[in-house]
Amino acid sequence: MIRDNFRVLVVDLGTGRGSVVTVDGRDRVVGGSGLAALLFNKYGRVDIPWNDPVQPLIFTIGPLTGYFPLMSKTVCAFKSPYHDQYAESHGGGRSAFALRFADLDALVVTGRATRPSCIAVGSRNLEVKEVHYLWGRDLYTTGKMLRSMFKGAGHRSILRIGQAGENGSAMAGINVDSYRHFGRLGGGAVMGSKNLKGIVINGDGSFPLNGSKEYPKLFQDVYTKLTDTDMMSKYHDIGTPINMAVLNEVKMLPIRNLQKTTDPIISGITGEKFAELALLRNAACAGCPVGCIHIGFVRERFRKEHRYIYRQVSYDHEPIFAVGSMLSVVDCFAVLAIIDVAEKMGLDVMSAGVALAWATEALEKGLISEKETITRLTFGDSEAYKQAMQHLGQGTNEFYRLLGQGTLKAAEQYGGKDFACVLGQEMGGYATGEVFFASQALGFRHSHLDSGGYSYDQKEKSKDPAKAVDFLVKDEQGRVLLTSMVACLFARGVYTDSLLAECLKSIGYDALADNLGSVSKNIQQLRWKTRIATGYRPEDVIIPKRFLDITTGKGPMDGAFLAGLKDQYAKAIRSLAAPDVAEGSPERQSEA
Amino acid sequence: MKILTTPRMERCIGCHSCSLACARLVHKRLSWDTAGIRIRSSGGLSTGFEARTCLACDPAPCAQACPTGAYSQRKGGGVIVRKNLCIRCGECAHACPVDAIYLDPMREPFVCIHCGRCVPFCPHDCLEMAEVAVAEAARQGGAS
Repeated sequence: MIRDNFRVLVVDLGTGRGSVVTVDGRDRVVGGSGLAALLFNKYGRVDIPWNDPVQPLIFTIGPLTGYFPLMSKTVCAFKSPYHDQYAESHGGGRSAFALRFADLDALVVTGRATRPSCIAVGSRNLEVKEVHYLWGRDLYTTGKMLRSMFKGAGHRSILRIGQAGENGSAMAGINVDSYRHFGRLGGGAVMGSKNLKGIVINGDGSFPLNGSKEYPKLFQDVYTKLTDTDMMSKYHDIGTPINMAVLNEVKMLPIRNLQKTTDPIISGITGEKFAELALLRNAACAGCPVGCIHIGFVRERFRKEHRYIYRQVSYDHEPIFAVGSMLSVVDCFAVLAIIDVAEKMGLDVMSAGVALAWATEALEKGLISEKETITRLTFGDSEAYKQAMQHLGQGTNEFYRLLGQGTLKAAEQYGGKDFACVLGQEMGGYATGEVFFASQALGFRHSHLDSGGYSYDQKEKSKDPAKAVDFLVKDEQGRVLLTSMVACLFARGVYTDSLLAECLKSIGYDALADNLGSVSKNIQQLRWKTRIATGYRPEDVIIPKRFLDITTGKGPMDGAFLAGLKDQYAKAIRSLAAPDVAEGSPERQSEA
Repeated sequence: MKILTTPRMERCIGCHSCSLACARLVHKRLSWDTAGIRIRSSGGLSTGFEARTCLACDPAPCAQACPTGAYSQRKGGGVIVRKNLCIRCGECAHACPVDAIYLDPMREPFVCIHCGRCVPFCPHDCLEMAEVAVAEAARQGGAS
């Protein structure tokens, strides 16, 4: 191990200075998700708004980061502009390795810079640099400029925001190394509120291994499991977009603002079609031999003569569903072109696509007019969606500014709440049924990755809310342990609790390895307690009517089952967040 | 005599598994820097990756520049390193025409020893151990 506590760099943008803080708690919160919650309780304020300068923006890694394959993710935590509550968003790229080799278990950013600035940090440097000339620049330009301004090519990570983040959009993400994102719940707006355009993390340190013979041997075993078996083939072959055709076949793919769950027209945007026509190459997060990042291309003719530009755009199932099937855009290059605009703006593609699907239906129904949308939105019209995506990122008028705060917020003003496809935030790409809908609507990150509700829907026949909620809670506990290490959740089939314990022991975390059950429960409770303390009321969550109107391959939705799930899951969350159940929570710290 | 070659770097996905393997298995470190092969993007991630590693020069400029004999010529190209003779002067790194030698903050040099232990960790077969004559023929063929 490198250390049994946490080494945290806290950067105050108000002063432009940082301090290195040692924080205890490795055996209680592990790292990643657990450490983020602990640090929010230490530096954040539950009772003041997300954009107050004192609120922290937190990036954490875990004890296995860098040591084992696919331990390649970073947890970003903040008080979200989307709901003004505690939130996490996860991203990869080189961010986790850069933090590891900058010798930081966490980076915490507080304060607000007086002028647009960026942070450059490494194992032997810290600089807060004014970059007023980058404000207003798109993500691509910002990335190029930051690359040329700071040293460390190859072994650094560059996090940056676009105009959406500068404008305070709750759909603004933080781009990581061009092709990955802390996408959901508005982390980009948190950076924007701090006048923080970019963060350059230089992973320029290294560490001696402890001489353990067990570690390299175990690394080999894990590496072999992750690369030689077909367990990961879904991710490195067609990639996650393989879900498009699969879900369409079983009538579980959200199409046309969830008016449909299957349609033969999506044959133009299946994973197989992307691989055949638009896949340019693959890339990987640092430390991941799977290489699930699929990069396609956009080619634009800019003169009548044959003069073109091209850009590389990463794609996955979720962006394809959000700006493809949800908008009835069924050409893979048109989908990539819309994703490209969202990227430039620094928007979360999933949230933005689902929001525009609602806007299209609201326009069709006459709830809004072109006065609001500026451009005529019609399902299937990709050129209109490219323009709308730009308006959403730039916050061109009051309508787009409100829509950028969340689809339901716009629907509250203009009407159309029944067909707003919002489950806590804009829905993920799974219309699998009641358990997923309850899972995303109430879940901690409002993400399909909180727990495997979408998988449960497809496999389980019974309609027993208690059984389903028990599954959701237990599955979340397993996943929260992985996101505290911090593993990519694509490796969840390989990294069982027993393998995680072996990995921890091989690098000296024996005590942690022996208590993973109680530690993961503690982290799960700490996260929920923190969320609840910032105002979350799971029993108040609304699941719009559109979700009950659909029919999947399993049949029509069962309203009573969904109501039972919501009720019991809300109670389970309340129980997890009951006072004094999590070590590391504010009460526990003050008692100590 | 075999040397490490990087004939298929166009396939590289930037996972750094090779560097990590070298650091872990050869230099007993957790690092993507203190390794005989290091991966960097060739001008941003959109332009792909390149490997910084020893080209197995013969004669090797780094060995010629080493004032203490810590670096000596390896048969077939590259160098043999005796770290106990190294005085951390950094002349080897300065002499290398392709930036293949990494100096850590204490100026300890790290260079490829052509052992090939990184090769099996590349998921896309970018790397290959090749006989010197074969590698030379491929290089000359590639230059034509």
